[in-house]
Amino acid sequence: MSHRPHFVNGLKCRLCGKMHGQQALNFCPDDFGPLEVDYDYEAMKGHVTRDSLLAGPASMWRYAPLLPLSGPATVGKHVGYTPLVRAERLGKALGLKNLYVKNDAVNHPTLSFKDRVVAVALSKAVELGFKTVGCASTGNLAGSVAANASAAGLEAYILIPDNLEQGKVLGATVYGAKVVACTGNYDQVNRLCSQIAFQFGWGFVNVNLRPFYAEGSKTMGFEIAEQLGWRAPDAVVVPMAGGSLIGKIHKAFKELETLGLLEEPVQTRMFGAQATGCNPIANAVKTSANKIKPVRNPDTIAKSLAIGDPADGYFASQLIRNTGGWSEDVNDDEIVEGMRLLAETEGIWAETAGGVTVAVTRKMVEQGHLKPDDRVVMAITGNGLKTQEALIDRIARPQVIRPTLEDFKTLLESTANAASPAAGEILAGAGV
Amino acid sequence: MPLVRIPTPLRPHAGGNDSAQAEGSTVGEVLNALTSAYPDLRSRLFDGEDLRRFVNVYVNNEDIRFLEDLDTPVAAADEVSIIPAVAGG
Repeated sequence: MSHRPHFVNGLKCRLCGKMHGQQALNFCPDDFGPLEVDYDYEAMKGHVTRDSLLAGPASMWRYAPLLPLSGPATVGKHVGYTPLVRAERLGKALGLKNLYVKNDAVNHPTLSFKDRVVAVALSKAVELGFKTVGCASTGNLAGSVAANASAAGLEAYILIPDNLEQGKVLGATVYGAKVVACTGNYDQVNRLCSQIAFQFGWGFVNVNLRPFYAEGSKTMGFEIAEQLGWRAPDAVVVPMAGGSLIGKIHKAFKELETLGLLEEPVQTRMFGAQATGCNPIANAVKTSANKIKPVRNPDTIAKSLAIGDPADGYFASQLIRNTGGWSEDVNDDEIVEGMRLLAETEGIWAETAGGVTVAVTRKMVEQGHLKPDDRVVMAITGNGLKTQEALIDRIARPQVIRPTLEDFKTLLESTANAASPAAGEILAGAGV
Repeated sequence: MPLVRIPTPLRPHAGGNDSAQAEGSTVGEVLNALTSAYPDLRSRLFDGEDLRRFVNVYVNNEDIRFLEDLDTPVAAADEVSIIPAVAGG
């Protein structure tokens, strides 16, 4: 690992193509276009092979040659390589014969896909000499930056909207980070962070370190392809907040294809999932808009997706259309139903964003965008333990009995006569 | 005169200043005055007559896309902030 060659050319503007050196800068000073890490794929050929990748650690870092670090990772060394679960029972409920769940709800150390991006961003922050790091977050990133920064001995400032779930807030403060809750919504917090990062010269993972940060999401795509036997799936359903992840998963497939590591050409249709209360990207896809119309006041239980002005919304909507995918949004009731369905069929408790993904997948089947035989992967990006507020009043509480056999028998008889639970009805309706 | 806040990476094109006062009664007029004073900023902020896709502009704390875009009225005491859109998520 430590002697691997480096394949990064620099940071390239996605609008004008101008190259910039590796530095803490997220936009091109010539036209404000997003900067993206640019690689020398020709130089990679022969060095990066299936065998060389498989010889790497059982973490996201087996894909280190395709990530923008100059040396070995120093932060988040155990992140990634989460299970790709064959979801037969959920597939039956949704009408999909080849459904998989990429389960980042069990990602290490903070139970969301954000550990992937943070591992790259903070390892880069260390390389660039930052002592203080930070982020704007809807919750999952807060916990991940706080945890990984504490393990790396970095000072961390975490800025969040003041209405987040308790599990998300506690999941950041516990690590000793300086957590600042701002009045207003995420987009306002994000704007403040853009000013703070440059003003104070700190390394904000999703501001000035964003080009490096975003590359970490590719590892979700690399792992999916590897776990499918070096194949890109027919379709991926991805929750969208800022709209970065969906693009990076697709980029990962294309990079493996470029390197000749896949069995078949990439023909993956990309599907984006949003909540109806914050659907700027889905709305752009559905109306064929060329510009993203920001949502001023996002209102959804899927708080992790409540970004009204998504930085990568334009690129996400273009990608979805160009790959033959589609985008939809679902309301709070559908989100809860999706969370329950995933839990009750696959034993996976995802956060609200996972409910969005499941519910949108169902819509895509109903609308004919997903066919029964398609090989479909759902990206589950966060853990239900952190968004308990969404369910706590909607799930039946345990029945209380005295610890006697008699009481238990009475209970069994009464429940046998009662109506079946919600997800059971869903399953029965789907012929399970 | 309204005050315009300039993002750090663009300050070399604005005489090294982190802010500048610029005359005008709308955002468009204020930015025209700013880019007349610092012509290097013009092509960076504008694509023809329109703001570039990844340039966000705020009057005080409000995104002008929720107001009247470049026609948004600006008072003498208002602050206009230019913020790169590519952040977050």
